Formats: sequence, structure tokens, C-alpha cells
Amino acid sequence: MTSPLPSDKVKYMANLIDNTKSKSTDTAPHPIAPDAKAVNGPLNRELFEAKKKLYPKRVAGNFRNFKWVSMLLLLGFYYIGPWIRWDRGPTSPNQAILVDFEHGRFYFFFIEIWPQELYYIAGLLIMSAFALFLVTASVGRAWCGYACPQTVWVDLFIAVEHFIEGGRNARIRLDRAPWSVRKLFLRLVKHSIWLLIALLTGGAWIFYFMDAPTLFSQLIHFEAATVAYGTIIFFVLTTYTFGGHLREQVCTYMCPWPRIQAVMMDVDSLVVTYHEQRGEPRMSVKKRQKAIAAGEAYGDCVDCNMCVVVCPMGIDIRDGIQLECITCGLCIDACNDVSDKLKQPRGLISYDTINNENIRQQNPTATHAQGIRWPWHNYRNYVYLGLFLLVGFIMVYSLNTRDRFAINALHDRNPLYVQLADGSIRNSFEIKLLNMQGKSRQFVIYTQGLENSSLTTSNSKPGETRLIVSIDPDRVKAFRAFVNVPKANLPNSRQTDFKIIAEEINGDETAVYEAKFHTPQKVK
Amino acid sequence: MSDKNDKFKTQETILDHLPEHEKSRVEANEHSTTGHEWDGIKEFDKPIPRWWMWTYILSIVFAIGYMIAYPAIPLVNDYTKGLLNWSSRDAVEQQISEAKLAQSVYIDALNITALDDVAGNEELMIFAVEGGKSAYAVNCVQCHGSGAIGSKGYPNLNDDEWLWGGTLEEIYTTISHGIRFDEDEDSRYSEMPAFLTDEMLAKDEIAQVAHFVRSFTGLEHNAADAALGAVIFEDNCAGCHGDTGAGDKDQGAPNLADAVWLYGADQQTLVNTISTGRKGVMPAWAHRLDDTVLKQLTLFVHSRGGGL
Repeated sequence: MTSPLPSDKVKYMANLIDNTKSKSTDTAPHPIAPDAKAVNGPLNRELFEAKKKLYPKRVAGNFRNFKWVSMLLLLGFYYIGPWIRWDRGPTSPNQAILVDFEHGRFYFFFIEIWPQELYYIAGLLIMSAFALFLVTASVGRAWCGYACPQTVWVDLFIAVEHFIEGGRNARIRLDRAPWSVRKLFLRLVKHSIWLLIALLTGGAWIFYFMDAPTLFSQLIHFEAATVAYGTIIFFVLTTYTFGGHLREQVCTYMCPWPRIQAVMMDVDSLVVTYHEQRGEPRMSVKKRQKAIAAGEAYGDCVDCNMCVVVCPMGIDIRDGIQLECITCGLCIDACNDVSDKLKQPRGLISYDTINNENIRQQNPTATHAQGIRWPWHNYRNYVYLGLFLLVGFIMVYSLNTRDRFAINALHDRNPLYVQLADGSIRNSFEIKLLNMQGKSRQFVIYTQGLENSSLTTSNSKPGETRLIVSIDPDRVKAFRAFVNVPKANLPNSRQTDFKIIAEEINGDETAVYEAKFHTPQKVK
Repeated sequence: MSDKNDKFKTQETILDHLPEHEKSRVEANEHSTTGHEWDGIKEFDKPIPRWWMWTYILSIVFAIGYMIAYPAIPLVNDYTKGLLNWSSRDAVEQQISEAKLAQSVYIDALNITALDDVAGNEELMIFAVEGGKSAYAVNCVQCHGSGAIGSKGYPNLNDDEWLWGGTLEEIYTTISHGIRFDEDEDSRYSEMPAFLTDEMLAKDEIAQVAHFVRSFTGLEHNAADAALGAVIFEDNCAGCHGDTGAGDKDQGAPNLADAVWLYGADQQTLVNTISTGRKGVMPAWAHRLDDTVLKQLTLFVHSRGGGL
């Protein structure tokens, strides 16, 4: 097939028209031309391609084991996470990980975050970004291969499929077999388990947003909120569809991440690599024996296709680096297995860099001196690592030194000030006190920087100049307060800086709010 | 070094980094391309997945179902109602009635709590003040202003000078029955006489009284006129305003010896006030608003800072 370059494109369009013409007028077939068409030619190709089903073969090896462990840890943490308890006293929830939208709190073990401290979440995201840059730039798409939820759940769903329907060949046979009681039974069991996993997945998700035991009891008694059931249904549908049916299509067609990652990788990133100079020319074991006998060249690849049948993405790694490859390493396991049986060295397929592979094309035994290098040669990896550690350090430091009490005072703008009967001037403030500790606390609040001033509320008794306020544990207290300055002590300027200070009684925390006191231009 | 320089070749493409057989596959164009090319990157012309097409068709099916179930097509005078008979107006009404039901706990509590005791219940106080704020915005801002600062003839509710008293009970009475409001028989009256119009005082006497009144708070005045005015004040004004000008809340007589003036304290305004009198009217709200709202308004006004 020739490449339709821009000029060819015109011919191609013209062909389309010609073709329809000839079809309608062509009554007598050409005497010599055989009645055949290029199935995949641009004119006959399907506009919409059906998903080609994959039957990944189970493989044993280091990467498979690594994937099992990673699946166990990640899924285990996901499903068990919301059930871990953490005692925070009687006034706060005792769930270790809880995103409490209702009360605007986020709990993570010993850390409690209020809405105004959301920058900690932003910090976490920044750290995740740098971690991802570091991992992608050095070891390629490790996230896709081992940790992405899509990968992990697909792995789990395939494991279920393997357990119920058997290995690759058994699954292919079952798919081709006509419907029977056995087939129906196997399919029912498989889909039920898939749906059950999906249900657990959705169930676990909502437990992160509400007290898990309470919500569980509500769920089974059909008393939970509609949004809880809606979320579960959503997760059941997506998990079942993405994990059971769409699988590798999600990575290839739906996920933007492979495209973004491609930008972060360079010639020094580790990717799953087929060592072509060692493997080619590939030939079967029988042909290889003939080649040896004839003294001809042969490669280590025996063309057993094991790397192809184990691939969950349905590609042939021997075609080189491809967008679909999630670098899960299962083909490495498969190839090593075969190499062991053939008693030849492992590593025909391995993690390697494009740079190294290019050098080996010229010199198969190249070493460091000839330019072979590893990701740690790449200085930007150290920049990523440094930034990751820096952000992490700043976060830990600020978490340990952050205030657990805060004061905000919003100046009343309408009116800015009011003159009282005795000629004194009053400014009103909406004061908010945030007690971010799990205990009830008492504060004395007073002003500083205004002569003879007083801080009162509409319930203050005459003569009082400061406020005593107690706040419930883990709560915000808001109230209206007045700052009064007698006529004789009024400052000369229209705006005067002063401080509203809240000092803990029987404690050591103090919060200061810097405010402005407004007076009319000319006090009568 | 040459290797490094190669990196910056202008026409370098990913092809340069591909293994030989892969390069040849791409170059031979095993897949046809769309014919577009950007910096050596070509776009494959591949079929899109069939499930995408199904998703597209399913969305159309969903849209049709949605149009059958919900209001969808505008007609000339009407619209298609949909099988579910859903309407946004009903949904809002439902939400309002739900909100009312949720409020009823507080409303019931407010109804049985005495005004003075509300402040003791923090939650109830917040509900009352916030409710009062809304009621104020609807009923009171027209005269007293959005910040409750009033204007000439309309009292400022933020200060601590109250013509008829600033306790919760007194504010409640004023809001309920108004001032000089004829249609409410419990409305309170006080009348500042029109001394000139009713020929009780002469023009120069009025000016002298005005000078005397200004002397209470040390405003600029003519001492000689003020001395004459003092005698006239004692004969004509002290009955309501008191000998020292301190006023009397029971009869709504303003305090003339403080910094707060309803109509202004300059000489001309005082002369006008004494000459023609003042009869500001505050409507009675007991007939228009229910008792809960009156209580909320009282607590809100009191919380503005002026309450005593």
C-alpha cells in the first residue's frame, strides 16, 4: 500500500467517486482480474472498528509477582482504609481517613485539615506530580504498569476470569463453543463475581466520605442518602465496564495520560525493550538448528510468540516502543521463562533505554565507556527528586508548626462608624474565632493600639472593655462586636491601625488580627 | 560531543530513536496516514473503536428518552410536559416547604421564648438575627437604609440614642405599634408643638432658644442669646425635654444634650424644628408581620449595636 500524501489524498478522493461509478456500470467482470479486494485498503476498511478481544495468558516471574504484591497492597488499602479507626476524642469522628464534606473537615490519621488549609491537599498534589515526573522520566510508565486503578482492577478481573474459565486456550475455546449449560453457568458465575467486585469498589468509595459503620448500616436498611446509592451504581457500572469489558481500550483511547507521559520521557528513560540486535534474525528452534548446521546467522528469538500472548494490551513488543505499552513487564517474564528452558541468557526483553538500545545496534557489547548510561545519568531526575523532597519538607514543617486557633475580624462597611450619644465613635466587626482543637477553649479578646478603647457586644455590661469567649471543640464561633473610642481619645486620622488580640485563658495560644479603626473626617 | 550536538538537529524526529525495523515499518507506512504532517509527526488514519459509536448512539437514545420523560419542546403557548410531569416550579415549592419544615423547630422555640432569654440560646439567637436581617431588608430599608444608619428624620439604629427606649421590650413595642401611626390605637404619640406657626413664640425668641439648645453640647452659640433662651426654654420646653435637656423616653422627647440629632443641630435646622414642629411617623407592623418576625426584627435591630 502506498502512502496517501497530500497530493495522493486528492487522487484518493477521486478514486472514491470513480469506484462508485464503476460499481454501477461494471456489468461484465474483467476477464483476467481475480475477484479480490484489499480487506484493509482505505476503501474497504471499516469506519468503526469492533474491539478485538484479548486472552492474556497467565505468566510466572518477577514482574508478575511484583504486580500481585502491588495489587494486594493497593486494593487491600483501598477496601480496608475506611474501616480503620482512630480515636480523636468524643467530639470528632473516629475514622482514620475521612473526607467530611458536611462539616468541612478532612481527616487523615493524626492530621486534621480545615477548608482554609486546603493548600495541604494542593501540596500533596504537587508532590504527586513531582513523584510522577521522577518515575516517568526514569523508569517510564511504571504508574500505568503497576499502580493505575485501571491496570490493577483489570488485573483482578482477568484473574477472576482465569479462575472461573481457565487459561488462555480454555477461554478461547469457551468463547468459540456454542451455548451450553456449562458455558452459561461459567459466564453467570464470572459476571456475578465481576459485579460483586464492582459493588464492593463503589461501596468502599463512599465509606471515605461518611462514618463507615453507620453508613453501612444505613445502606443495608435502605436508609442512606440517594447520592450514596447513586455513587455506588455509578461505580458498579464503571468498574464492571472498564475492568471487565473495555480494559486496554481505556488506556489506549480514553486516557490522556499516555500522551502526557510520552512528553516526559526521553532517550534515557527505561522502557520495556526487545533487544533486536540479539534477537534477530528470529526463527523457530527447528530452523535455528538448521541455521547452526549450515553456519548461518541466527538470533536468540525463537519466535514463540509468548511475549505476544501474555500482553494485556495486545501488542507485540518486538515492534518496538508503542503508545499502547503500559510497561507492565509481563513479556519480560514470559521471554525469560522461555530463555531458561532454552538455556540461553535471560534478558532478550528487558527494561532498557532507547539510547542504550541504539548504541547496541552498532556494538552489542557496548559498556559505559561506549555511551551506555542509565536514568540516574539524567540530571533532571535529581531536580524532580529535590523538588519532591523540598515540598514534602515544607509540608511536614508547616503541619507541625501550624496554628490551631485563628481570629478573623470583618469590618462592617455599612456604616463604617457610628457616633454614639456621648460623642464616642464605634466601629462594628464580625469576629470569627476558629478553635481547631478537639477541646473546649476560653479566650479573652481585647484591642491594642487605641487609647481607652473597649471591645463589647450588644450583651456586654456597662464598663466592660474586653470580651471573654468560650468556643466548643473543633468549632467556629462568629459574633458581632463593637470597638468604641471615647470622644476625648479619638485619633486624628480617618484610619488608624490597631490590633484585635485573642489570648487563650489557661493556654498559650494567641491570635492577632490587624484591623483599621475608622472615624469621620470631623467629629462634631 | 557529536552525540550531544545531534540532539539539536533541527529535523530530528522520533524516527531517529526507533529501532531499524520499526523505523522501516513507519516509513513504509504500513498504516495509511491522514496526510497531515507536523514537524515530522504524521497522523495515522485508523478506524475509531466501535464502542465509541455505540456510546454516541446511546446518548441519542438517552436524549430521546429524556425528551419523553421531561419537559422538552417549547410550543406556541405551552410546552410538552413529559411523562414524569416534573416542573422546576414544583421542585422549588417542594424545597421551600422542606425548608419551612426545617425552620419550624426554631420558629416554635422562638415563639415560646421570651425576648430577653433568646440570647441565652446561641443557635436560636443566630436564627433570630439572620431571620430579622432578611425581614429588615424587605420591610425597613426603605426608610432606615440598608446599613440601618437612617437619614434626616429617620433614626440611625446603630447608635445608642433611642427616642422611645432601646431595650428589647421597648424596640418590640415600637416595631409592633409604630409611632404616631393613626391606624394603630396602641401607637405612641408625642407632639413637638409648632411654636411659630401656632403663634406661641416670636421669631427672635425661637432663635434665642435655639442658641440655648446648642449650648447643651457646647456647640458654637451666642452666650447673650442663650441666656435669654434659657428662660424661654424653662417656660416652654422643659416640661418635655427636662431642665437639663436630657429628654424623656416615656413621652418620646429627644435628649438635647447628646451628640445624636435626628434632624440636625445647626442653628437654622433648630429654628425650623422649633417653628413648625416635627411629626415623624413609623408604621405599625403588628398588622402586617407575624409575631415571630416581629421578634426576629427586634433581636436584629438590637444586635446592630444600638440596643441598651
